[in-house]
This record gives sequence, C-alpha cells and structure tokens, in this order.
Amino acid sequence: MLLLDRTGEIDDLWPAAGETLPEAGRIVVPLARLGEALDSDLEIGVDVPNNVDPKELTAHFGRIAMIAVDFPSFADGRGFSIARTLRSNGFLGRLRAEGPVISDQFTYLLQCGFDEVAIPEDVALRQPVSDWLAQLDLVTSGYQRGLEGRRSILDQRRGHA
Amino acid sequence: MYRYDEFDHRFVAERATEFRDQVRRRLAGHLTEGEFKPLRLMNGLYLQLHAYMLRVAIPYGTLGARQMRQLAMIAEKWDKGYGHFTTRQNIQFNWPKLKDVPDIIDALAEVEMHAIQTSGNCIRNTTSDPYSAVAADEVEDPRITAELIRQWSSLHPEFTFLGRKFKIAVTGSEEDRTALKLHDIGIQIVRRDGEVGYRVLVGGGMGRTPMIAKELRAFLPRADLLPYLEAALRVYNLHGRRDNKYKARIKILVHEIGIDAYRDQVEAAFASMDRAGIAAPVEEVARIQAYFAPPALPERPAESPLIEQIKAANPEFAAWIARNTFPHKVPGHVAATISLKPIGGAPGDATAEQMRVMADLAEAYSQDEMRVTHEQNIVLPHVAIEDLYKVWKGLAGIGLDAPNKGLVTDIIACPGLDYCALATARSIPVAQRIAERFGATERQREIGPIQIKISGCINACGHHHVGHIGILGLDKAGTESYQITLGGDATETASLGERTGPGFGYDQVPEVIENIIDTYLGLRDGARETFLQTYRRVGMAPFKEALYAAA
Repeated sequence: MLLLDRTGEIDDLWPAAGETLPEAGRIVVPLARLGEALDSDLEIGVDVPNNVDPKELTAHFGRIAMIAVDFPSFADGRGFSIARTLRSNGFLGRLRAEGPVISDQFTYLLQCGFDEVAIPEDVALRQPVSDWLAQLDLVTSGYQRGLEGRRSILDQRRGHA
Repeated sequence: MYRYDEFDHRFVAERATEFRDQVRRRLAGHLTEGEFKPLRLMNGLYLQLHAYMLRVAIPYGTLGARQMRQLAMIAEKWDKGYGHFTTRQNIQFNWPKLKDVPDIIDALAEVEMHAIQTSGNCIRNTTSDPYSAVAADEVEDPRITAELIRQWSSLHPEFTFLGRKFKIAVTGSEEDRTALKLHDIGIQIVRRDGEVGYRVLVGGGMGRTPMIAKELRAFLPRADLLPYLEAALRVYNLHGRRDNKYKARIKILVHEIGIDAYRDQVEAAFASMDRAGIAAPVEEVARIQAYFAPPALPERPAESPLIEQIKAANPEFAAWIARNTFPHKVPGHVAATISLKPIGGAPGDATAEQMRVMADLAEAYSQDEMRVTHEQNIVLPHVAIEDLYKVWKGLAGIGLDAPNKGLVTDIIACPGLDYCALATARSIPVAQRIAERFGATERQREIGPIQIKISGCINACGHHHVGHIGILGLDKAGTESYQITLGGDATETASLGERTGPGFGYDQVPEVIENIIDTYLGLRDGARETFLQTYRRVGMAPFKEALYAAA
C-alpha cells in the first residue's frame, strides 16, 4: 500500500486492529467493531464500506479521529458523496480514500474532503507519487462552490468585478 | 450568446492539457485500458464499430458562425468532411484518429468549445429549447439556467464517477420542445405569484426501461437551484444501483424506492447542506443573464409584400415557409428551421460546405446565432421575414431546403448498425427508405404533423419510445426485425408508445409505415386531426387489424 496526501508519500500512523484491541494508542477497526472500540480509551479510526449510511457515524464524530472510505473500484464514485456528506455533517477528523483509485481523481478526492489516499501496490507501481502530485497542477480551477480549500471560479469572478 | 471569460478559457485549456497528459500516460502504461476508458469518455471520445467517435458539446444547442466554421474545418481536416448532429444537441465526428484528438480538442478550445462530459457516467451536456428567446410563451430564456448548470456540472468533483450517465434539460415554456419528461432531471421555469422559480421533474428516460419523469418539486426558488441539484445528485450517487448497468439510471432508483421516499431523502440532504455556500452568487446569475439579453431586433410589419409575392410564384418556397418557420416574439421575425433531413440523406448529417453556408446565413440574417434541435435539425432563431427568400435560396443551393419540419420525412434516427457497436439493426437506411416513399411535398403536407423515430437497438438513442410511430430494430436469429410502436409523445403530454405486435423484416418497413399512415388517413376526423390525436381517440385496434389481419 502507498499512502499519500497533497505533500507526497506519508507514513501510515494507523495500525489495523488485531483480534483483541490494545489498551492504549490508536487503532483502525472495521465498522462492525466500532462499538467495541468506542468502549475503549483508544484513538479511533474506522474503515467503512461505500454503502455505509454516513449519518450512522454522525453521533460518534467526537470519538472518531479518522475514517477510511473504501473504494472497491475507481469507477465506483459513491465514496465522493460519502466524504462530502461526512464533511457537511461536521466531521473534522482525517478522511482517507482506500482502494484502487487513480491519480486522475486526486483533486476530486481532495475537493470532496479527503485528506489522504491509500492505494494498492499495483496501482502505485504504475502511478508513482509524481503522477499524483502532477495532477494538482493539471486541475487548478473549478466552478463548484462550497468545497474544501478552494475558491471557485464563481467566487474568483466576484472578487474580480 | 454566452462568451468565455478568462476563467472559462483557462478551465477548458487545462482540460485540453490534461487530456494530452492522459493519452501520454496511457501510452506509457501508467493507466490501464480500463482506467483510461472513463477518462476518454469524459472527454467525448467513444469507441464505435469501425473507429473512434468524438462527440463535441454544443451547450444547450446554441452556437455562432465562428464555431460552426471551426466544426467545418475539423470535419475536413480530421474527419471525412462531414459531422452528425445528435438528439442531445451535440455534434459527432465519426472518423477521427486517436492521435489527432488532442489537436481537435485544442481547435475546439480556440472557439470556446470542448468535448467534456459528452460521454461517460457523468452529467452530460445540458439541453434546452431551440426556440429560446424566440417563443412568445417563455417565462424567461432557459439558457441562463442551462449555462449555470453547465458550469456547475463541469468536472463536479463529487459527480464525475456516477453509476450511469445523467441528463438534464431546461425549458422556459409550458409547450415543451426539450423532451423534458424523458430526462434524468427536467427543469421547467415557472412563475408563481410573480416570482420566477423552477418546477423540477426527475426519473424520466428512454433506454430499455422507458419512464416518464415524476414531479420532485412543484416550485423551487431560483436561488436554491444548484444546492437542490447537488442534493438530488448526491442521493442518486449514494443509493442508485451499481450492480447492473441497465438498472443504474436514476429512473430505476426513483421507481424502486418511490418518488416520495426519494423526495424525502433529497429534501433531508438539501436541508442539512450549506445552501448559501453552494448556490451561485446573484452577481454570477446577473453576469450570465446579461449575455442572454434579447437581440435588438427592430419591430417590422408582420407581413412582407415582397415575400408574399415570391410565395405566390414559388410553391416550394411557400411550402418551406409554411412548414419550417416558427413565430418570433418580435413582430416581423421568425425562427427558421434548416432541415437536416433531405430526402434520402442520413438524418442529422451535414457536410463541411453545408456547415459553412449555414454559418454565413446565420451571420448575415440571424444575429450570428444557430441552434441545434433534439430533432437533429438546425434553427436560425432570429430571421426577419423580409430576409426569408435569401435564406431559402442559400439553403436550396446546398440541398438543405426540404420543407418537411415535423412531417413524415423529418425522422430521428440513431447511427445504427452503420456506425454503432451496440446496434442490432440498421437505422439510417430505414429512415432513408421511408423518406423516399413519402418524399412528395404534397403528400407529406396532406399527412400532416407526425414524428417517426428509429432506434437500432433497445438502448433507444433514436427515441423510438416517444415517436408517434416508433421503430425499434432488433436482431432475431441473425435477421433484422423491426418492432413498431404507436402513440409515443415527447412533449408536455408525454406518453410511451405501445407495440403493435410481432416485428417486421427490413424490407417490409416502408410498406408497414405506409399501411399505418393510410389507416390513419382513413380514420381521421378531418384534415386537422393529427396522427397522434387520431391514435389517442381510436386506440390501437384498427391499426393492429390493418397490419396483421390479412396474415
């Protein structure tokens, strides 16, 4: 797996949970074990499938520090709307897109609220970190408002007039 | 007409650069063919039966002379000298080479055009009324709204990898010329208590499971347009089916969970989002509105003695005026339809020379503006009645003077087996043979308004479900077989056609259509009762009997 964000490759600070949860530290659990993790004092990350109802997580935003949204295929775009819904509902923690997404989707992922992308080895071999960072320069503007960290063309026009 | 500002230019130029880079990375092996496919589709490049096809967006069907001339140049330089205008108000080039496509995209960008999102599982070109700024009954020019949607939907980060394609149409009139109810989302501009807003329909579509759209919102305040669309798309993106591409359109979601459940989810998403942060600022709406200020047409006498005189001496010209013009809200003007259905031609095709002449005529006589219609014709929207003879002469010189708008030979047909990898039967030759059978102007006029629509497979690109007479070409054990439907309608009184019965062979189709039309002529209640009215009055039985009883 290659983990990267808009600065390039980064270290994965989130170990996956084993059969029993540790006493302290941080851990990623599958959604089915979220209840178990919530009962601990751990810093919690949660892996969610892309058919999750994002509203299910809202009540636990105070306890969840990281959500990893599964992309079973780059062509299955449900994860984009899950991220937007989580952000729109007030999730301020870290958001990870996990699966065989492609570098051409990098800016869209960031704009929808993802912070980082975890891709499998075979994608990383074909699409090195340089492809991902180059994408940031290929798509520098867009028309949509209300997205993370970007002034849309509509807002730029307003500033311009 | 809308003109790009520096931001639009940069956006489109970036897309051209990005596509060049995608082609490079595909060739270098960074992208697999599977990964490259949706990217090229999103840039309008589609693989057909014999070659790539490039579909160029003509936003809401509006284009100027400079753009039409560039399309002519592209047709000559990189294609076989012609282009095909489509039912989604776009143009397709059927024979470009992959290596030339980045250059074609650069040439399009020079004239404020692109091929973005004309294919693939994303929000497609927003379509609109070809009589925008012409029709007396419009609440306002729908292209203002369509342009807002064009911008909002261009590379929307959340909605570029949908379960399936997504088509939006906008009309400003009660009388619908956009097939509004056959779109994933249909938007009708309405006035309520003096306030202009939107009626929103959802879940219409053709394909193998045709459905008429249902009402999602009776009245949406204007400022809520983009956030509401965002909510509607989000619910679809999250909950639309992904297990079967034929069940992945929004119409299936709305059908399966019901319009009320879908509406509840949309309203909930809409209520919880930052609506003001997503909506277009009022300054932006005003900026776009200014581009669509009505052209300054001087009022003229409603009748031109000169034109009346020429009409009296020239029946073909008189027939063309009677059929191919539409009243303009400014007296003394009309919108003139250039029929791309010459008898024996391929519906919607135009040669580079024809494109150039249409551009010249638009420049000289129609405020430098043209519209592509979903019936695959071209409209000159702002022609002074006084100039009609010059326009008609110009069109006659290139064989585009057919006086057949809305008549039996004004046929919509998909590319069919002549081009398309999905097709199961030929469409264009069927259209040609029907047109040849009914070619005489007098006969067409006697039959009156009727729409024949032909699809070469069940995906229904030729809109057969909503043809007054629909023709669907199938493959039955290696032989083409054509199913006939009657009573379809794409307008505000939309309905889906009903099958007559077993299909017919390729050679039989013209005769079958003639049989149906003769049956109608025998049954109609006077010359003013149209085919559709007669069918709705008498039903299927007499047509069925005429077609099958002898057998």
